[in-house]
This record gives sequence, C-alpha cells and structure tokens, in this order.
Amino acid sequence: MHRYAKKMEILARTLLGSCAFLSILTTIGIILVLSTETIEFFGQVSPLDFLFGTKWEPLLEPKSFGVLPLVSGTLMIMVGSGLIAIPIGLFTAVYLSEYSSFRTRQIIKPVLEILAGIPTIVYGYFALTFITPVLKNIFPDIEVFNALSGAIVVGIMILPMVSSLCDDAFQGVPRQLKDGGYALGATSFEVIGQVVIPAAASRIMAAFILALSRAIGETMAVTLAAGATPIFRVNPLESIQTMTAYIVQVSLGDTPAGGVEYLTCFAVASLLFVITLFMNVIGQSIMYRVKKKATR
Amino acid sequence: MMKEKTEILINSNQIEKKEKSFATIHPGRRRAEKAFKWISRIMTWSTVFILLVLLYHLGKEGWEYIDWQFLDSYPSRKVAKAGIKAGLWGTVWLIITTAVITIPIGVASALFLEEYGVKGKIGKLIEINVSNLAGVPSIVYGLLGLAVFVRWFNFERSILSGALTLGLLIMPVIIVATREAVKAVPDSIRFGAYALGAHKWQVVFYHVLPVALPGIITGVILALSRAIGETAPLIIIGALAYVSFVPESVMDEFTVMPIQIYNWASRPQEEFHQLAASGIVALLALMLTLNFIAVFIRIKTTKRNIQ
Repeated sequence: MHRYAKKMEILARTLLGSCAFLSILTTIGIILVLSTETIEFFGQVSPLDFLFGTKWEPLLEPKSFGVLPLVSGTLMIMVGSGLIAIPIGLFTAVYLSEYSSFRTRQIIKPVLEILAGIPTIVYGYFALTFITPVLKNIFPDIEVFNALSGAIVVGIMILPMVSSLCDDAFQGVPRQLKDGGYALGATSFEVIGQVVIPAAASRIMAAFILALSRAIGETMAVTLAAGATPIFRVNPLESIQTMTAYIVQVSLGDTPAGGVEYLTCFAVASLLFVITLFMNVIGQSIMYRVKKKATR
Repeated sequence: MMKEKTEILINSNQIEKKEKSFATIHPGRRRAEKAFKWISRIMTWSTVFILLVLLYHLGKEGWEYIDWQFLDSYPSRKVAKAGIKAGLWGTVWLIITTAVITIPIGVASALFLEEYGVKGKIGKLIEINVSNLAGVPSIVYGLLGLAVFVRWFNFERSILSGALTLGLLIMPVIIVATREAVKAVPDSIRFGAYALGAHKWQVVFYHVLPVALPGIITGVILALSRAIGETAPLIIIGALAYVSFVPESVMDEFTVMPIQIYNWASRPQEEFHQLAASGIVALLALMLTLNFIAVFIRIKTTKRNIQ
C-alpha cells in the first residue's frame, strides 16, 4: 500500500510538473520561431536598413524594408491611447477608492469589466462606424481610416486595465498614511495628491507601462480603424499602419511561405515582441519589488 | 425642552460659522477640492456613458438583419441572404476543442505551482514566465501557431491548429484564475486530510481540487469567453473568411464569428457594416450567455459554502 502511494506521488508530481513546464516550452517556442525566421530575413535585408529605414514598401517593386513608418504608426496609437486612458483611468481609480459610495462602485466595477471583455474587433467596428463619423464633424478633412479614431478606441480598451491596476495601487497605500493626512486637516484632494499618489507612484507607473504595452500589441481595432498606409509622418488625421496591422495585412493576402514578404511578418513580430517584453519586464519588476517591500 | 432646542440651534450656528470660516480662509483649497471631486466624478461616469453609446450604436445598426435566417445562412454577396452560420458553428467547434485541450493542462499547471513547486527555483521561473506570457501580444501567438502547428505539425488550417494556438494564448489566464481558486481553499482542509494520513497527491486531487472547482470553472469560462472574441491569431494561422460549410471534424477548415465580422466591416458598403453589427450582436450574446453561466455558478456555490 505504501509503495503504491509513493508511486502515485511521483506520478502526480511529474504529471503536474510537466504541464507547468509547457509554459516554458511556449516561451522557448516563441523565441525560436521568431528568431530563426528573423535571422533568415536578415540574410536578405540588412538589419540597419530594417531598423532605421524610413520607407516601408515590402509588397511593391522596388522593395524597401525600413520599419520606422510602422513603428511611428504604432507609437502614435500608443501615445494617443495613453492620452485617453491614463487620465480617465487614474481619475476613475481615485473616485472609486476615495469618493464613491459602495453603490457607485457596484455599478462602475462591472461596467469596467464589460469594457475589458468586449472583443477588439467590436471596438474596431465602433471606431470605424461611429467615432470617425463623429470626428468628421469636428475635423472635416479627416480620412476614412485615421490614427485618431484608432487611438481613441484603443484608449477605451486599455482604460479598464489602467483603472483597475491604479485602484490596486491605491488600496496598497497603508490606511495610517491617509488618516495622518486627514488628521492634519488636509482635504481629500490634498491627501490624494500629496500622500496617496506619491506613496503609490511606482505601482501607478507600472500600471501605465503595462497598459501601454497592451496598446502596442493591439491588433484588430487598429487594423480596422487606422488603415494600411505605412508612411513616416505624424498626423493623427491621416491613415497609418501599425506593426500588428501589417502582419494581418500580409496574412490576409496569399503570400507564399518562405518568401521575403512572409519573413517580414516575423521580423516585425520580433520587434513587437522585444518592445512589449521590455515594457512588461520593467512593469512587472516594479510591481514585484513594491510587493516585496510591502510584505517585509 | 426649550433650552435644549436653543442649545442645538447655537451649536448648528457655530458649525455653520466654522464651515464659513474654512471657506473664507481657504477659498482656493475648498474650490480645488470641489473641482477635483467633480472632475473625477465626471471621468468615472464617462466610462458608463461610453459603454451605453457603444451598445446603443451596435443595437441600432445591428437590429435590421438579426433574425433566424441570419443565424442559419452562409455568407453571401447579397446582403439580405447573408448569414453567420459558418462562423457560429466554427466558433462553437473551436471553443469546445480549445476547452478540451487547455483546461486539463492549465489546471494541472496551476495545481503544480500552488501545491508543489512555487518555492523552488523552477517554480519561480515558471511563475515569472507565465506572467510574461500573459503580456505577449496575441498576434505573436498567431505566428507561433502558424510556424509550429500549421507548418511543422502539418495540421493545416484546421480547427485543431486554431484550438492549439488559442489554447496557448489563454493558458496564462486559466493558470492565474485556477491559482486564485486554489489559494482560496482553507488550509484546514489540507491539514485535516493530512491528519487522517493522506498522501500529498490524495490531498491535492481528493480535497483541494473539488473545493476549488467552482472557482476554477468560473475562471475557465471567463477565459474561454475571451477566446471567443480573439481574431488576430486566427487570421494569422489562416482561418478563412469564405466558408460555406459547417465543420464536421477537428481537421476541417473553418471560420469564426469575429473573422466574418471583420470581413463585413472592412467592406466599404453601408449594408455590410450593418451586417457586421448584427454579427457583433450575435457574438456578444454568445459571450454574455457564457458569462451568465459563470456568474450563476459563482452565486450557486457561494450560497452552498455559506450554508
């Protein structure tokens, strides 16, 4: 009996452990796939031309593989969505943690969850058929596909993430600090501005970084709303193309496997992966350090 | 009696005086406080406003074409005849396959991390790895699926390829949700079982898992409802936009509702946009149903626990 139990113990441990190990395999798989195809791509196009070129025309002759137009498009979406999501998300978190009644919280929390759960394709549709026409009333010369509506809608998408992470950050501020502020006769505004936000600053920063990294990786909404024009310029009223939207565009066409167009997808995805990974690691290490400090 | 009343009156007068003095001595501080409160209130309620506008717009646009015929027709060039049958069945097939593949692996990983390995070095490594995987853009998973499942394993553009890709994508979500549920299991249950001489695997499988199950189911359903809305990775692995058949096995080609919606929405004609809105209404209804099931399970089980 005892021996049987011991065998089962080992079996259970290996079974569960190997399942958990699959997640490591996934990471290895991502890195391997992206790097092999990217190395093959760099065999045909020099990395310098790729990283610093300002002309992206991989599908037309003469071909040109400068990724900066896609990067600038992605950055525009990131900055624009941040301008929408960060203020609204931060103020929502402030309101929920300091001012709101229990009842208001009961309404706002599920609303944010619903906003977070709506598929990105729905947001893309909303941008294309609602936000752009509304913007057209304000800016008559706006294009049908434009960076602005894409940025607005991605901002709405990452807003729940900003507000819930900031809310967590505020909850992590010790009660005594706030009470100390109130005891000195400070108003809520002063307590929030001079006590709570400074105390939670690093976690709030981490929240912003994680949310912006989500905005960079966002695909369908910007594919539908922001267009497919990879040109190096900074005008939110014109059509752009993000890195993710380019990958989708190539996948929708019939590109042969192994061709240079096919390889560009992996090169662009590698860049995307490196950028988002970098931001996520920074964001998470801040979170981790703060949590460690809090438990000490 | 009279005296008491006058006292109260005096008191309230004093309070009023005090409030006035705060306002007169610090008019700026008071105004700043008020303004700040109102700004945060407006910002907060704007999220509700956005959601209402979004739902109203979808409802208004999608209302015209949504009926039984829409759910039971294949895509067509004629708007009146077009429907989302292929996408609907593709989505159902895909989600069931994904669930069958992913749930056991995700739950097992979470059990390992919570009950066996987190303290060790490997456990820590896996933990960091999972949280990083959760932040990888979904489109990267699509390329991984394309290279590994479609080309290397030669599963072609089948439901199986799609399900494996989506499985990898939602694995971190399932692991995180399961870990939360397992963490919520009180230690007294574990110690009770150990005290009766149970081995670790018996504790985990006979005692921890059953207690955590409702929480796990809720988390898994929410993860699956996220998978329903995923579009980009499936476009990458080559799910088709034009499919006029219902899949019959996991090796069949397929399309899903979000891809069909994308196809309609990316056309210039207004009528196809309305068709896309109808598709979105159907998609959201499907997700809502799943979420209701999750909430239902949560309510049912919490009631049982209280009793």
